[in-house]
Amino acid sequence: MDFLNAFVALSNFVLIPAIAYGSQLALGALGVTLIYGILRFSNFAHGDTMAFGTMATVLITWWFQSMGISFGPLPTALLALPFGIAVCAALVLLTDRGIYRFYRRVKAKPIILVMASLGVMFIMNGLVRFIIGPDDQRFADGARFIVTAGEFKKMTGLSEGLALKSTQAITLVTAIVVVAALFWFLNKTRTGKSMRAYSDNEDLALLSGINPERVVMVTWLIVAGLATIAGVLYGLDKSFKPFTYFQLLLPIFASAIVGGLGNPLGAIAGGFVIAFSEVMVTYAWKKVAGYILPEAWAPDGLVQLMSTDYKFAVSFAILLIVLLFKPTGLFKGKSV
Amino acid sequence: MIRVENLHKHFGGFHAVDGASLEIQPGSITGLIGPNGAGKTTLFNVIAGVLPPTSGRVTMAGEDITGLPPHALFHKGLLRTFQIAHEFSSMTCRENLMMVPGNQAGEQLWNTWFGRKRIADEERALRAKADEVLEFLTISHLADHKAGQVSGGQKKLLELGRTMMVDAKIVFLDEVGAGVNRTLLNTIGDAILQLNKERGYTFVVIEHDMDFIGKICNPVICMAEGKVLAEGTLAQIKANEQVIEAYLGTGLKNKDKLAEAGA
Repeated sequence: MDFLNAFVALSNFVLIPAIAYGSQLALGALGVTLIYGILRFSNFAHGDTMAFGTMATVLITWWFQSMGISFGPLPTALLALPFGIAVCAALVLLTDRGIYRFYRRVKAKPIILVMASLGVMFIMNGLVRFIIGPDDQRFADGARFIVTAGEFKKMTGLSEGLALKSTQAITLVTAIVVVAALFWFLNKTRTGKSMRAYSDNEDLALLSGINPERVVMVTWLIVAGLATIAGVLYGLDKSFKPFTYFQLLLPIFASAIVGGLGNPLGAIAGGFVIAFSEVMVTYAWKKVAGYILPEAWAPDGLVQLMSTDYKFAVSFAILLIVLLFKPTGLFKGKSV
Repeated sequence: MIRVENLHKHFGGFHAVDGASLEIQPGSITGLIGPNGAGKTTLFNVIAGVLPPTSGRVTMAGEDITGLPPHALFHKGLLRTFQIAHEFSSMTCRENLMMVPGNQAGEQLWNTWFGRKRIADEERALRAKADEVLEFLTISHLADHKAGQVSGGQKKLLELGRTMMVDAKIVFLDEVGAGVNRTLLNTIGDAILQLNKERGYTFVVIEHDMDFIGKICNPVICMAEGKVLAEGTLAQIKANEQVIEAYLGTGLKNKDKLAEAGA
């Protein structure tokens, strides 16, 4: 029995990846939840909004790299991020002007807006592939690791290594900063309060003189920011491939719904619930079990509940369970 | 002040407002009565811009305001409250009031980051005003309570308070008295009279409580089946044949006739 090594293995393969993935999902789900709370529809184009923002950031990163601009040990993409957000915000505002605003004017039912967002999704989907192509793109640079497995082994003398990628650390730090800024904005500023008021009771907000178009505009700006940041962090951590971002839609929606649609705190909690479930269910526990259990009990198989190919099934299953037993989510959002 | 001309609002085949015309005099407290389903609330909704009219015209001080969105009307000084009190449930009563005047400096993204002092000054002024309003409505003790948790009657007071945060010209009150006890209703009535006298608000009040109407309203307009039936003092309205018929139905009258005929 070797708890220390078991814990290190667990951290290396489960805790750290799940925390990083959870932060990315949480940022994505925050965008979905804000749109749902304020514009009152499920934005299916969110995954592709992330892809578009990331693509813009990738292109600007490449340009910076070719100019010889770098950010020291940090990825150049972080420098390009504000510009990527600006490009994504422009596209999203344009979409709102051209498409969603019309449906708001005619007071269309939410399902019509959902269908419109589906159309927007396909267009953005094509746009991204048209500009950057459907292939995997690498844009991460700077230091790869903060601690490598080898260094860790040498440092501690343990037989298990612990690797901490710099992108994982950047993800967590960025997510904390962004979430803190968002909550400060929503709770402390007048604009944030208008957004909350509009989300809480639209009729009353209008009759209090709150300008709905401004609230909607600010919401889209924030959503473009969140989507681009989530997308870039995911891309840095793994790689950028448009199709992967489309696939991310499911875990992101699952996170938002599990936490309670329209509730920002819920979106964050939901992101981590989904990420941890996904990683834990698809992780092969053989190694950890080998350290904890007496030698005679050590398993022969991989002790893996599900192949990683099925990881989306996990978010889908959790989504179903939550919808069946607690449709408003863990944090009492609006019911779907 | 407000002039409604031949207003129609149809929901499919149902004519909720069916050619209503009326005029609200500036400085008056007009009562709007009528049996359930007479189209009073729909009329309010159309005037306040919540629903677009099917046809007809609404003018305010000679200016055409038909179909303007609620927040635009708000800035023209036209306010309304709801039959079932609405509130921002997750905010305190004071914050609810402080939401009110739209277009605050803090609503500009630019100022959020670079105009902190202006926002702070504005917030301070708003806070003082909100406290004043809460004091006036005798609910100061609820300032820091979540608005979702106070009683129905107190929410009604809060709705009235919302109209006091700005210099309203005309306020539409939809059943201020519904579900409110007598004492609180008197408080609301006094507040309305005082606002009318001191600040010159024009009020239009939908209400089913005739004592309340009699106490504060003159003139009274009676609606039925989407049309305006009669207008006058409450006594005149009460004596009006058509109004009695609308409220009690024709059955009763026929019965009287039958009785006269000695059948």
